[in-house]
Amino acid sequence: MKQDIAFGQYCEGESPLHRLDPRIKIVITVLVIVTIFLAKSVSSFILLTAFTVGLVLLSGISPRIVLGSLKPLGFIIVFTAVINIFWMTGETPLFELGFIRIYPEGLINAALIILRIMLLLTATSMFLTYTTTPIALTDGLEQLLAPLKKLRVPVHEFSMMMTIALRFIPTLMEETEKIMNAQKARGADFTEGSLISRAKALIPILIPLFISSFRRADELATAMECRCYTGGEGRTRMNILRTTAKDWLFTAAVAALGVGIVLLNMYLPLYSLSM
Amino acid sequence: MSNIIHAKNLTYTYPGDEDSPGYPALRGVDLDIEEGSFTAILGHNGSGKSTLAKILCMINAPDGGELTILGKDMTSPEITERDILDARRQIGMVFQNPDNQLVATIVEEDVAFGCENLGLPSAEIRRRVDEALDIVGMRKYARHAPHKLSGGQKQRIAIAGTIAMKRKCIIFDESTAMLDPKGRQEVMSTIERLNREEGITVLIITHHMNEAAMADRIIVLSEGTVLTEGTPGEVFGNPELLWSADLDVPQTTELLYKMRQAGYDVPLDIFDEEECARIIAEAMKKQQIRGNT
Repeated sequence: MKQDIAFGQYCEGESPLHRLDPRIKIVITVLVIVTIFLAKSVSSFILLTAFTVGLVLLSGISPRIVLGSLKPLGFIIVFTAVINIFWMTGETPLFELGFIRIYPEGLINAALIILRIMLLLTATSMFLTYTTTPIALTDGLEQLLAPLKKLRVPVHEFSMMMTIALRFIPTLMEETEKIMNAQKARGADFTEGSLISRAKALIPILIPLFISSFRRADELATAMECRCYTGGEGRTRMNILRTTAKDWLFTAAVAALGVGIVLLNMYLPLYSLSM
Repeated sequence: MSNIIHAKNLTYTYPGDEDSPGYPALRGVDLDIEEGSFTAILGHNGSGKSTLAKILCMINAPDGGELTILGKDMTSPEITERDILDARRQIGMVFQNPDNQLVATIVEEDVAFGCENLGLPSAEIRRRVDEALDIVGMRKYARHAPHKLSGGQKQRIAIAGTIAMKRKCIIFDESTAMLDPKGRQEVMSTIERLNREEGITVLIITHHMNEAAMADRIIVLSEGTVLTEGTPGEVFGNPELLWSADLDVPQTTELLYKMRQAGYDVPLDIFDEEECARIIAEAMKKQQIRGNT
Protein backbone atom coordinates (compact mmCIF):
# COMPACT_ATOMS: atom_id res chain seq x y z
CA MET A 1 0.00 0.00 0.00
CA LYS A 2 2.85 2.37 0.78
CA GLN A 3 4.34 1.67 -2.60
CA ASP A 4 1.67 3.55 -4.49
CA ILE A 5 2.18 6.75 -2.58
CA ALA A 6 5.82 6.74 -3.53
CA PHE A 7 4.94 6.81 -7.18
CA GLY A 8 3.40 10.26 -6.99
CA GLN A 9 -0.22 10.79 -7.72
CA TYR A 10 -0.32 9.41 -11.22
CA CYS A 11 -3.81 8.25 -12.13
CA GLU A 12 -3.92 5.82 -14.97
CA GLY A 13 -6.13 6.88 -17.86
CA GLU A 14 -6.47 7.39 -21.57
CA SER A 15 -7.68 10.98 -21.66
CA PRO A 16 -6.36 13.54 -24.15
CA LEU A 17 -4.34 14.99 -21.27
CA HIS A 18 -2.69 11.64 -20.62
CA ARG A 19 -1.69 11.35 -24.23
CA LEU A 20 -0.02 14.74 -24.59
CA ASP A 21 3.69 14.73 -25.26
CA PRO A 22 5.46 15.12 -21.89
CA ARG A 23 7.72 17.83 -23.31
CA ILE A 24 4.67 19.81 -24.35
CA LYS A 25 3.16 19.26 -20.93
CA ILE A 26 6.22 20.73 -19.23
CA VAL A 27 6.13 23.78 -21.51
CA ILE A 28 2.38 24.17 -21.01
CA THR A 29 2.79 23.95 -17.25
CA VAL A 30 5.25 26.83 -17.30
CA LEU A 31 2.83 28.83 -19.47
CA VAL A 32 -0.05 28.08 -17.13
CA ILE A 33 1.95 29.17 -14.08
CA VAL A 34 2.83 32.46 -15.76
CA THR A 35 -0.79 32.95 -16.81
CA ILE A 36 -2.10 32.34 -13.31
CA PHE A 37 0.29 34.93 -11.93
CA LEU A 38 -0.77 37.40 -14.60
CA ALA A 39 -4.42 37.17 -13.61
CA LYS A 40 -5.52 40.16 -11.56
CA SER A 41 -9.15 40.97 -12.22
CA VAL A 42 -12.08 38.99 -10.92
CA SER A 43 -13.14 38.33 -14.51
CA SER A 44 -9.78 36.78 -15.35
CA PHE A 45 -10.05 34.56 -12.30
CA ILE A 46 -13.45 33.38 -13.46
CA LEU A 47 -11.95 32.44 -16.82
CA LEU A 48 -9.05 30.63 -15.14
CA THR A 49 -11.35 28.71 -12.83
CA ALA A 50 -13.44 27.64 -15.80
CA PHE A 51 -10.27 26.53 -17.58
CA THR A 52 -9.09 24.50 -14.58
CA VAL A 53 -12.47 22.87 -14.05
CA GLY A 54 -12.45 22.05 -17.77
CA LEU A 55 -9.04 20.38 -17.36
CA VAL A 56 -10.27 18.24 -14.48
CA LEU A 57 -13.30 17.13 -16.48
CA LEU A 58 -11.14 16.43 -19.54
CA SER A 59 -8.69 14.29 -17.57
CA GLY A 60 -11.47 12.02 -16.33
CA ILE A 61 -9.97 12.06 -12.84
CA SER A 62 -12.48 12.08 -10.00
CA PRO A 63 -12.91 15.64 -8.66
CA ARG A 64 -12.85 14.15 -5.18
CA ILE A 65 -9.23 13.10 -5.62
CA VAL A 66 -8.34 16.53 -6.95
CA LEU A 67 -10.06 18.35 -4.07
CA GLY A 68 -8.51 15.91 -1.62
CA SER A 69 -5.04 16.85 -2.83
CA LEU A 70 -5.72 20.46 -1.81
CA LYS A 71 -6.01 19.47 1.84
CA PRO A 72 -2.32 19.88 2.67
CA LEU A 73 -2.69 23.50 1.58
CA GLY A 74 -5.02 24.16 4.53
CA PHE A 75 -2.43 25.86 6.66
CA ILE A 76 -1.12 28.08 3.87
CA ILE A 77 -4.68 29.05 2.94
CA VAL A 78 -5.59 30.02 6.50
CA PHE A 79 -2.32 31.88 6.92
CA THR A 80 -2.73 33.94 3.71
CA ALA A 81 -6.35 34.59 4.51
CA VAL A 82 -5.51 35.95 7.98
CA ILE A 83 -2.73 38.17 6.67
CA ASN A 84 -4.87 39.58 3.89
CA ILE A 85 -8.00 40.09 5.93
CA PHE A 86 -6.31 41.86 8.82
CA TRP A 87 -3.59 43.79 7.09
CA MET A 88 -5.26 45.05 3.92
CA THR A 89 -6.60 48.54 4.23
CA GLY A 90 -9.25 50.17 2.10
CA GLU A 91 -11.56 53.15 2.26
CA THR A 92 -14.46 52.16 4.49
CA PRO A 93 -14.08 49.41 7.01
CA LEU A 94 -16.70 46.67 6.94
CA PHE A 95 -16.23 45.76 10.55
CA GLU A 96 -14.44 47.33 13.44
CA LEU A 97 -13.51 45.96 16.85
CA GLY A 98 -10.91 47.88 18.79
CA PHE A 99 -7.83 48.05 16.67
CA ILE A 100 -9.03 45.36 14.26
CA ARG A 101 -10.48 46.79 11.10
CA ILE A 102 -11.65 44.59 8.28
CA TYR A 103 -12.15 46.11 4.85
CA PRO A 104 -14.10 44.56 1.96
CA GLU A 105 -10.96 44.85 -0.18
CA GLY A 106 -9.16 42.59 2.28
CA LEU A 107 -11.83 39.93 1.97
CA ILE A 108 -11.83 39.97 -1.82
CA ASN A 109 -8.04 40.00 -1.94
CA ALA A 110 -7.86 37.05 0.42
CA ALA A 111 -10.41 35.12 -1.63
CA LEU A 112 -8.55 35.76 -4.88
CA ILE A 113 -5.18 34.79 -3.47
CA ILE A 114 -6.56 31.60 -2.01
CA LEU A 115 -8.15 30.88 -5.37
CA ARG A 116 -4.84 31.54 -7.07
CA ILE A 117 -3.00 29.07 -4.86
CA MET A 118 -5.64 26.43 -5.43
CA LEU A 119 -5.68 26.98 -9.20
CA LEU A 120 -1.91 26.89 -9.31
CA LEU A 121 -1.75 23.51 -7.65
CA THR A 122 -4.69 21.99 -9.49
CA ALA A 123 -3.77 23.17 -12.99
CA THR A 124 -0.11 22.18 -12.76
CA SER A 125 -0.84 18.79 -11.23
CA MET A 126 -3.48 18.17 -13.89
CA PHE A 127 -0.71 18.36 -16.47
CA LEU A 128 2.20 16.90 -14.58
CA THR A 129 1.54 14.64 -11.63
CA TYR A 130 -1.93 13.26 -12.39
CA THR A 131 -1.59 12.48 -16.07
CA THR A 132 2.13 11.90 -16.61
CA THR A 133 4.14 8.97 -15.31
CA PRO A 134 7.34 10.01 -13.53
CA ILE A 135 9.35 8.19 -16.17
CA ALA A 136 7.68 10.09 -19.02
CA LEU A 137 8.37 13.28 -17.12
CA THR A 138 12.07 12.45 -16.76
CA ASP A 139 12.29 11.55 -20.44
CA GLY A 140 10.55 14.75 -21.45
CA LEU A 141 12.83 16.79 -19.23
CA GLU A 142 15.92 15.11 -20.65
CA GLN A 143 14.92 15.89 -24.21
CA LEU A 144 13.82 19.42 -23.44
CA LEU A 145 17.15 20.13 -21.78
CA ALA A 146 19.18 18.31 -24.44
CA PRO A 147 20.55 21.58 -25.90
CA LEU A 148 22.26 22.19 -22.55
CA LYS A 149 24.51 19.20 -23.24
CA LYS A 150 26.51 21.49 -25.49
CA LEU A 151 27.28 23.56 -22.41
CA ARG A 152 28.48 20.36 -20.73
CA VAL A 153 25.52 20.14 -18.40
CA PRO A 154 25.19 16.40 -17.59
CA VAL A 155 21.56 16.19 -18.69
CA HIS A 156 21.60 12.48 -19.51
CA GLU A 157 23.32 11.56 -16.25
CA PHE A 158 20.80 13.59 -14.33
CA SER A 159 17.84 11.90 -15.95
CA MET A 160 19.42 8.45 -15.54
CA MET A 161 19.80 9.19 -11.83
CA MET A 162 16.17 10.25 -11.62
CA THR A 163 15.04 7.08 -13.40
CA ILE A 164 17.06 4.84 -11.10
CA ALA A 165 15.84 6.73 -8.04
CA LEU A 166 12.25 6.23 -9.15
CA ARG A 167 12.93 2.59 -9.87
CA PHE A 168 14.37 1.97 -6.40
CA ILE A 169 11.92 3.89 -4.25
CA PRO A 170 9.53 0.92 -3.90
CA THR A 171 12.43 -1.52 -3.46
CA LEU A 172 13.95 0.55 -0.66
CA MET A 173 10.59 1.04 1.01
CA GLU A 174 10.07 -2.68 1.03
CA GLU A 175 13.50 -3.08 2.54
CA THR A 176 12.83 -0.42 5.19
CA GLU A 177 9.73 -2.26 6.21
CA LYS A 178 11.67 -5.52 6.45
CA ILE A 179 14.36 -3.93 8.61
CA MET A 180 11.75 -2.26 10.82
CA ASN A 181 10.03 -5.58 11.33
CA ALA A 182 13.34 -7.21 12.17
CA GLN A 183 14.10 -4.51 14.74
CA LYS A 184 10.59 -4.69 16.15
CA ALA A 185 11.01 -8.42 16.56
CA ARG A 186 14.01 -7.60 18.76
CA GLY A 187 11.93 -5.26 20.88
CA ALA A 188 12.59 -1.90 19.22
CA ASP A 189 9.85 0.67 19.67
CA PHE A 190 9.37 3.41 17.10
CA THR A 191 6.11 4.89 18.29
CA GLU A 192 6.65 5.84 21.90
CA GLY A 193 8.93 8.12 23.84
CA SER A 194 10.11 11.64 23.29
CA LEU A 195 11.01 13.02 19.90
CA ILE A 196 14.69 12.47 20.57
CA SER A 197 14.29 8.87 21.64
CA ARG A 198 12.14 8.18 18.59
CA ALA A 199 14.76 9.73 16.35
CA LYS A 200 17.37 7.59 18.06
CA ALA A 201 15.26 4.51 17.41
CA LEU A 202 15.54 5.24 13.71
CA ILE A 203 19.30 4.83 13.67
CA PRO A 204 19.18 1.01 13.71
CA ILE A 205 16.94 1.26 10.64
CA LEU A 206 18.90 3.82 8.70
CA ILE A 207 22.33 2.23 9.07
CA PRO A 208 21.41 -1.18 7.61
CA LEU A 209 19.39 0.59 4.93
CA PHE A 210 22.39 2.71 3.95
CA ILE A 211 24.75 -0.23 3.87
CA SER A 212 22.45 -2.30 1.73
CA SER A 213 21.83 0.64 -0.59
CA PHE A 214 25.53 0.94 -1.24
CA ARG A 215 25.72 -2.75 -1.98
CA ARG A 216 22.77 -2.44 -4.32
CA ALA A 217 24.36 0.51 -6.08
CA ASP A 218 27.52 -1.48 -6.58
CA GLU A 219 25.68 -4.47 -8.00
CA LEU A 220 23.53 -2.29 -10.21
CA ALA A 221 26.60 -0.55 -11.60
CA THR A 222 28.12 -3.92 -12.48
CA ALA A 223 24.88 -5.05 -14.10
CA MET A 224 24.63 -1.85 -16.11
CA GLU A 225 28.20 -2.22 -17.25
CA CYS A 226 27.42 -5.78 -18.34
CA ARG A 227 24.58 -4.40 -20.40
CA CYS A 228 27.04 -2.20 -22.28
CA TYR A 229 26.07 1.06 -20.60
CA THR A 230 28.71 3.67 -21.33
CA GLY A 231 26.84 6.87 -20.62
CA GLY A 232 24.61 8.97 -22.81
CA GLU A 233 26.83 9.11 -25.83
CA GLY A 234 25.77 6.98 -28.78
CA ARG A 235 22.67 5.84 -26.95
CA THR A 236 19.33 5.61 -28.73
CA ARG A 237 15.84 5.28 -27.31
CA MET A 238 13.10 2.76 -27.99
CA ASN A 239 10.28 5.22 -27.53
CA ILE A 240 10.87 8.43 -29.40
CA LEU A 241 8.63 11.27 -28.36
CA ARG A 242 6.64 12.71 -31.23
CA THR A 243 4.46 15.78 -31.06
CA THR A 244 1.12 15.61 -32.82
CA ALA A 245 -1.30 18.30 -34.01
CA LYS A 246 -3.17 17.85 -30.71
CA ASP A 247 -0.07 18.84 -28.75
CA TRP A 248 0.29 22.07 -30.67
CA LEU A 249 -3.43 22.76 -30.45
CA PHE A 250 -3.21 22.48 -26.67
CA THR A 251 -0.22 24.78 -26.53
CA ALA A 252 -2.03 27.31 -28.70
CA ALA A 253 -5.10 27.10 -26.46
CA VAL A 254 -3.03 27.77 -23.34
CA ALA A 255 -1.25 30.66 -25.04
CA ALA A 256 -4.63 32.07 -26.06
CA LEU A 257 -5.75 31.73 -22.46
CA GLY A 258 -2.77 33.81 -21.37
CA VAL A 259 -3.59 36.53 -23.88
CA GLY A 260 -7.25 36.41 -22.82
CA ILE A 261 -6.26 36.89 -19.18
CA VAL A 262 -4.15 39.94 -20.00
CA LEU A 263 -6.97 41.42 -22.08
CA LEU A 264 -9.50 40.80 -19.29
CA ASN A 265 -7.16 42.48 -16.83
CA MET A 266 -7.02 45.53 -19.09
CA TYR A 267 -10.61 45.86 -20.29
CA LEU A 268 -12.70 44.23 -17.62
CA PRO A 269 -10.95 45.12 -14.36
CA LEU A 270 -13.96 44.47 -12.11
CA TYR A 271 -11.66 44.31 -9.18
CA SER A 272 -7.93 44.06 -9.31
CA LEU A 273 -5.81 42.04 -7.00
CA SER A 274 -3.24 44.20 -5.30
CA MET A 275 -0.59 41.62 -4.44
CA MET B 1 32.24 -26.22 -33.39
CA SER B 2 34.42 -23.38 -32.27
CA ASN B 3 35.03 -22.27 -28.74
CA ILE B 4 33.39 -19.09 -27.52
CA ILE B 5 35.55 -18.99 -24.45
CA HIS B 6 38.96 -20.54 -24.01
CA ALA B 7 40.85 -20.10 -20.77
CA LYS B 8 44.04 -21.67 -19.61
CA ASN B 9 45.60 -21.51 -16.17
CA LEU B 10 43.56 -18.46 -15.13
CA THR B 11 44.52 -16.94 -11.82
CA TYR B 12 42.95 -14.16 -9.84
CA THR B 13 43.74 -12.85 -6.39
CA TYR B 14 41.53 -10.41 -4.54
CA PRO B 15 43.73 -7.53 -3.47
CA GLY B 16 44.46 -7.52 0.24
CA ASP B 17 45.49 -4.67 2.50
CA GLU B 18 48.27 -4.19 5.04
CA ASP B 19 46.64 -6.47 7.63
CA SER B 20 45.64 -9.35 5.42
CA PRO B 21 47.22 -10.82 2.35
CA GLY B 22 45.15 -11.04 -0.83
CA TYR B 23 42.78 -13.93 -1.22
CA PRO B 24 43.60 -16.17 -4.19
CA ALA B 25 40.16 -16.98 -5.62
CA LEU B 26 41.35 -18.69 -8.78
CA ARG B 27 44.52 -20.78 -8.82
CA GLY B 28 44.81 -21.93 -12.40
CA VAL B 29 41.50 -22.71 -14.09
CA ASP B 30 41.31 -24.31 -17.54
CA LEU B 31 38.05 -23.84 -19.35
CA ASP B 32 36.67 -24.34 -22.85
CA ILE B 33 33.13 -23.35 -23.69
CA GLU B 34 31.88 -24.56 -27.04
CA GLU B 35 29.46 -22.51 -29.06
CA GLY B 36 25.88 -23.63 -28.48
CA SER B 37 26.73 -25.72 -25.42
CA PHE B 38 25.04 -25.80 -22.03
CA THR B 39 27.61 -25.89 -19.28
CA ALA B 40 27.19 -25.80 -15.52
CA ILE B 41 29.88 -24.62 -13.15
CA LEU B 42 29.43 -26.22 -9.80
CA GLY B 43 31.15 -25.35 -6.58
CA HIS B 44 30.46 -24.52 -2.96
CA ASN B 45 30.78 -21.01 -1.56
CA GLY B 46 34.25 -19.60 -2.00
CA SER B 47 35.23 -22.07 -4.69
CA GLY B 48 35.84 -19.18 -7.09
CA LYS B 49 32.86 -19.69 -9.34
CA SER B 50 31.51 -16.14 -9.15
CA THR B 51 35.00 -14.74 -9.58
CA LEU B 52 35.32 -16.80 -12.71
CA ALA B 53 32.02 -15.42 -14.02
CA LYS B 54 33.17 -11.86 -13.42
CA ILE B 55 36.34 -12.53 -15.36
CA LEU B 56 34.47 -14.11 -18.26
CA CYS B 57 32.28 -11.00 -18.43
CA MET B 58 35.37 -8.84 -18.23
CA ILE B 59 34.29 -7.01 -15.13
CA ASN B 60 37.53 -8.12 -13.54
CA ALA B 61 40.73 -8.79 -15.48
CA PRO B 62 42.59 -12.01 -14.66
CA ASP B 63 45.99 -11.73 -12.95
CA GLY B 64 47.54 -14.42 -15.07
CA GLY B 65 46.84 -17.12 -17.63
CA GLU B 66 45.29 -17.06 -21.06
CA LEU B 67 41.78 -15.88 -21.84
CA THR B 68 40.47 -15.94 -25.40
CA ILE B 69 36.93 -14.76 -26.03
CA LEU B 70 35.50 -15.20 -29.52
CA GLY B 71 38.98 -15.70 -30.89
CA LYS B 72 40.35 -12.55 -29.32
CA ASP B 73 43.11 -12.69 -26.73
CA MET B 74 41.73 -10.64 -23.87
CA THR B 75 44.96 -10.67 -21.86
CA SER B 76 47.13 -9.06 -24.52
CA PRO B 77 48.39 -5.60 -23.63
CA GLU B 78 46.89 -4.16 -26.82
CA ILE B 79 43.34 -4.77 -25.69
CA THR B 80 41.32 -1.54 -25.66
CA GLU B 81 38.05 -0.40 -24.06
CA ARG B 82 36.48 -0.92 -27.47
CA ASP B 83 37.48 -4.62 -27.56
CA ILE B 84 36.11 -5.16 -24.07
CA LEU B 85 32.84 -3.56 -25.11
CA ASP B 86 32.70 -5.71 -28.24
CA ALA B 87 33.15 -8.85 -26.16
CA ARG B 88 30.48 -7.68 -23.72
CA ARG B 89 28.07 -7.36 -26.61
CA GLN B 90 28.37 -11.08 -27.12
CA ILE B 91 28.57 -12.33 -23.56
CA GLY B 92 25.87 -11.32 -21.14
CA MET B 93 25.33 -12.03 -17.51
CA VAL B 94 22.26 -12.48 -15.37
CA PHE B 95 22.93 -11.92 -11.69
CA GLN B 96 21.66 -13.36 -8.47
CA ASN B 97 19.53 -10.53 -7.12
CA PRO B 98 16.71 -9.74 -9.54
CA ASP B 99 16.12 -6.33 -7.96
CA ASN B 100 19.62 -5.05 -8.43
CA GLN B 101 19.82 -5.49 -12.17
CA LEU B 102 16.64 -3.87 -13.40
CA VAL B 103 17.08 -0.23 -14.27
CA ALA B 104 13.78 1.13 -15.54
CA THR B 105 10.35 1.54 -13.98
CA ILE B 106 8.54 -0.17 -16.86
CA VAL B 107 9.29 -3.73 -17.95
CA GLU B 108 9.68 -3.04 -21.66
CA GLU B 109 11.87 -0.01 -21.01
CA ASP B 110 14.18 -2.22 -19.00
CA VAL B 111 14.36 -4.88 -21.69
CA ALA B 112 15.20 -2.09 -24.15
CA PHE B 113 17.99 -0.70 -21.95
CA GLY B 114 20.79 -2.85 -23.40
CA CYS B 115 19.71 -2.28 -27.00
CA GLU B 116 19.50 1.44 -26.36
CA ASN B 117 23.07 1.33 -25.12
CA LEU B 118 24.10 -0.36 -28.37
CA GLY B 119 22.67 2.59 -30.27
CA LEU B 120 20.20 0.61 -32.38
CA PRO B 121 17.44 2.37 -34.33
CA SER B 122 14.22 2.59 -32.34
CA ALA B 123 12.10 0.43 -34.66
CA GLU B 124 14.68 -2.35 -34.36
CA ILE B 125 14.72 -2.03 -30.56
CA ARG B 126 10.93 -2.26 -30.48
CA ARG B 127 10.99 -5.44 -32.59
CA ARG B 128 13.71 -7.07 -30.49
CA VAL B 129 12.04 -6.17 -27.20
CA ASP B 130 8.73 -7.71 -28.30
CA GLU B 131 10.52 -10.80 -29.53
CA ALA B 132 12.55 -11.16 -26.33
CA LEU B 133 9.47 -10.77 -24.15
CA ASP B 134 7.75 -13.47 -26.21
CA ILE B 135 10.66 -15.84 -25.73
CA VAL B 136 10.56 -15.51 -21.93
CA GLY B 137 6.75 -15.48 -21.96
CA MET B 138 6.38 -12.06 -20.36
CA ARG B 139 4.76 -10.15 -23.23
CA LYS B 140 1.61 -9.41 -21.32
CA TYR B 141 3.59 -7.73 -18.55
CA ALA B 142 5.32 -5.34 -20.95
CA ARG B 143 3.79 -2.21 -19.39
CA HIS B 144 3.99 -3.35 -15.76
CA ALA B 145 6.26 -1.96 -13.08
CA PRO B 146 9.08 -4.42 -12.24
CA HIS B 147 8.67 -4.10 -8.48
CA LYS B 148 5.20 -5.61 -8.67
CA LEU B 149 6.43 -8.82 -10.31
CA SER B 150 7.56 -11.99 -8.55
CA GLY B 151 11.24 -12.89 -8.28
CA GLY B 152 11.04 -15.44 -11.09
CA GLN B 153 9.28 -12.95 -13.34
CA LYS B 154 11.88 -10.27 -12.60
CA GLN B 155 14.63 -12.71 -13.47
CA ARG B 156 12.90 -13.54 -16.76
CA ILE B 157 12.79 -9.80 -17.53
CA ALA B 158 16.52 -9.63 -16.88
CA ILE B 159 16.98 -12.57 -19.24
CA ALA B 160 14.83 -10.86 -21.89
CA GLY B 161 17.06 -7.81 -21.54
CA THR B 162 20.12 -9.80 -22.45
CA ILE B 163 18.54 -11.82 -25.28
CA ALA B 164 17.23 -8.63 -26.86
CA MET B 165 20.89 -7.74 -27.35
CA LYS B 166 21.24 -10.91 -29.46
CA ARG B 167 24.18 -12.23 -27.51
CA LYS B 168 25.92 -15.46 -28.32
CA CYS B 169 26.50 -16.49 -24.74
CA ILE B 170 24.73 -15.80 -21.45
CA ILE B 171 26.25 -16.50 -18.06
CA PHE B 172 23.84 -17.06 -15.18
CA ASP B 173 25.54 -16.29 -11.90
CA GLU B 174 23.38 -18.14 -9.36
CA SER B 175 20.34 -16.59 -10.97
CA THR B 176 17.97 -18.90 -9.15
CA ALA B 177 19.51 -18.67 -5.70
CA MET B 178 17.09 -16.05 -4.37
CA LEU B 179 13.97 -17.53 -5.91
CA ASP B 180 11.24 -19.75 -4.54
CA PRO B 181 10.83 -23.23 -6.09
CA LYS B 182 8.25 -21.96 -8.58
CA GLY B 183 10.41 -19.06 -9.70
CA ARG B 184 13.39 -21.39 -9.97
CA GLN B 185 11.39 -23.72 -12.18
CA GLU B 186 10.31 -20.79 -14.42
CA VAL B 187 13.84 -19.52 -14.83
CA MET B 188 15.42 -22.92 -15.41
CA SER B 189 12.93 -23.86 -18.11
CA THR B 190 13.52 -20.48 -19.77
CA ILE B 191 17.27 -21.09 -19.70
CA GLU B 192 16.85 -24.54 -21.18
CA ARG B 193 14.65 -23.19 -23.96
CA LEU B 194 17.19 -20.48 -24.76
CA ASN B 195 19.83 -23.10 -25.27
CA ARG B 196 17.79 -25.71 -27.13
CA GLU B 197 15.63 -23.44 -29.27
CA GLU B 198 17.54 -20.21 -29.69
CA GLY B 199 20.98 -21.82 -29.84
CA ILE B 200 22.44 -19.48 -27.24
CA THR B 201 25.50 -20.74 -25.40
CA VAL B 202 24.57 -21.03 -21.76
CA LEU B 203 26.84 -21.13 -18.75
CA ILE B 204 25.10 -21.55 -15.41
CA ILE B 205 26.86 -21.10 -12.12
CA THR B 206 25.06 -22.88 -9.37
CA HIS B 207 25.24 -24.98 -6.27
CA HIS B 208 21.98 -26.74 -6.99
CA MET B 209 22.80 -30.24 -8.14
CA ASN B 210 19.55 -30.72 -10.00
CA GLU B 211 20.14 -27.59 -12.04
CA ALA B 212 23.65 -28.69 -12.88
CA ALA B 213 22.28 -32.08 -13.98
CA MET B 214 20.29 -30.31 -16.72
CA ALA B 215 23.51 -29.20 -18.45
CA ASP B 216 25.43 -31.07 -21.14
CA ARG B 217 28.65 -30.67 -19.26
CA ILE B 218 29.56 -29.92 -15.67
CA ILE B 219 32.73 -28.30 -14.45
CA VAL B 220 33.33 -28.68 -10.73
CA LEU B 221 35.38 -25.98 -9.08
CA SER B 222 36.99 -26.41 -5.72
CA GLU B 223 39.44 -24.08 -4.00
CA GLY B 224 40.00 -22.14 -7.21
CA THR B 225 40.85 -25.07 -9.45
CA VAL B 226 38.90 -27.47 -11.62
CA LEU B 227 38.24 -30.57 -9.55
CA THR B 228 36.62 -32.59 -12.29
CA GLU B 229 34.59 -32.12 -15.42
CA GLY B 230 32.45 -34.15 -17.76
CA THR B 231 28.86 -35.02 -18.53
CA PRO B 232 26.46 -35.07 -15.56
CA GLY B 233 26.65 -38.86 -15.67
CA GLU B 234 30.42 -38.85 -15.45
CA VAL B 235 30.63 -36.19 -12.75
CA PHE B 236 27.90 -37.56 -10.51
CA GLY B 237 29.03 -41.11 -11.22
CA ASN B 238 31.83 -40.46 -8.78
CA PRO B 239 30.04 -39.20 -5.65
CA GLU B 240 33.05 -39.76 -3.35
CA LEU B 241 35.02 -37.08 -5.19
CA LEU B 242 32.21 -34.54 -4.87
CA TRP B 243 31.67 -35.39 -1.21
CA SER B 244 35.36 -34.87 -0.58
CA ALA B 245 34.96 -31.33 -1.94
CA ASP B 246 32.01 -30.63 0.37
CA LEU B 247 29.57 -30.87 -2.50
CA ASP B 248 26.40 -32.88 -2.74
CA VAL B 249 25.17 -35.04 -5.55
CA PRO B 250 21.54 -35.04 -6.71
CA GLN B 251 19.29 -36.91 -4.29
CA THR B 252 18.52 -39.51 -6.93
CA THR B 253 22.22 -40.22 -7.39
CA GLU B 254 22.78 -40.45 -3.66
CA LEU B 255 19.93 -42.91 -3.31
CA LEU B 256 21.12 -45.02 -6.24
CA TYR B 257 24.65 -44.96 -4.84
CA LYS B 258 23.43 -46.33 -1.51
CA MET B 259 21.38 -48.95 -3.33
CA ARG B 260 24.47 -50.00 -5.21
CA GLN B 261 26.44 -50.27 -1.98
CA ALA B 262 23.69 -52.50 -0.66
CA GLY B 263 24.29 -54.79 -3.56
CA TYR B 264 21.68 -53.72 -6.08
CA ASP B 265 22.65 -53.39 -9.72
CA VAL B 266 21.60 -49.81 -10.58
CA PRO B 267 23.16 -47.02 -12.69
CA LEU B 268 24.08 -43.71 -11.01
CA ASP B 269 23.32 -41.18 -13.74
CA ILE B 270 19.55 -40.96 -13.39
CA PHE B 271 18.33 -37.48 -12.41
CA ASP B 272 14.63 -37.75 -13.04
CA GLU B 273 12.70 -38.84 -9.96
CA GLU B 274 10.10 -40.92 -11.84
CA GLU B 275 12.80 -42.63 -13.83
CA CYS B 276 14.77 -43.29 -10.66
CA ALA B 277 11.77 -44.81 -8.90
CA ARG B 278 11.13 -47.07 -11.87
CA ILE B 279 14.73 -48.27 -11.97
CA ILE B 280 14.80 -48.99 -8.25
CA ALA B 281 11.56 -50.94 -8.46
CA GLU B 282 12.95 -52.97 -11.34
CA ALA B 283 16.22 -53.65 -9.53
CA MET B 284 14.41 -54.76 -6.40
CA LYS B 285 12.18 -57.06 -8.39
CA LYS B 286 15.22 -58.61 -10.07
CA GLN B 287 16.90 -59.08 -6.70
CA GLN B 288 13.80 -60.75 -5.33
CA ILE B 289 13.65 -63.18 -8.24
CA ARG B 290 17.30 -63.95 -7.72
CA GLY B 291 16.68 -64.43 -4.00
CA ASN B 292 13.84 -66.85 -4.66
CA THR B 293 15.74 -69.06 -7.04
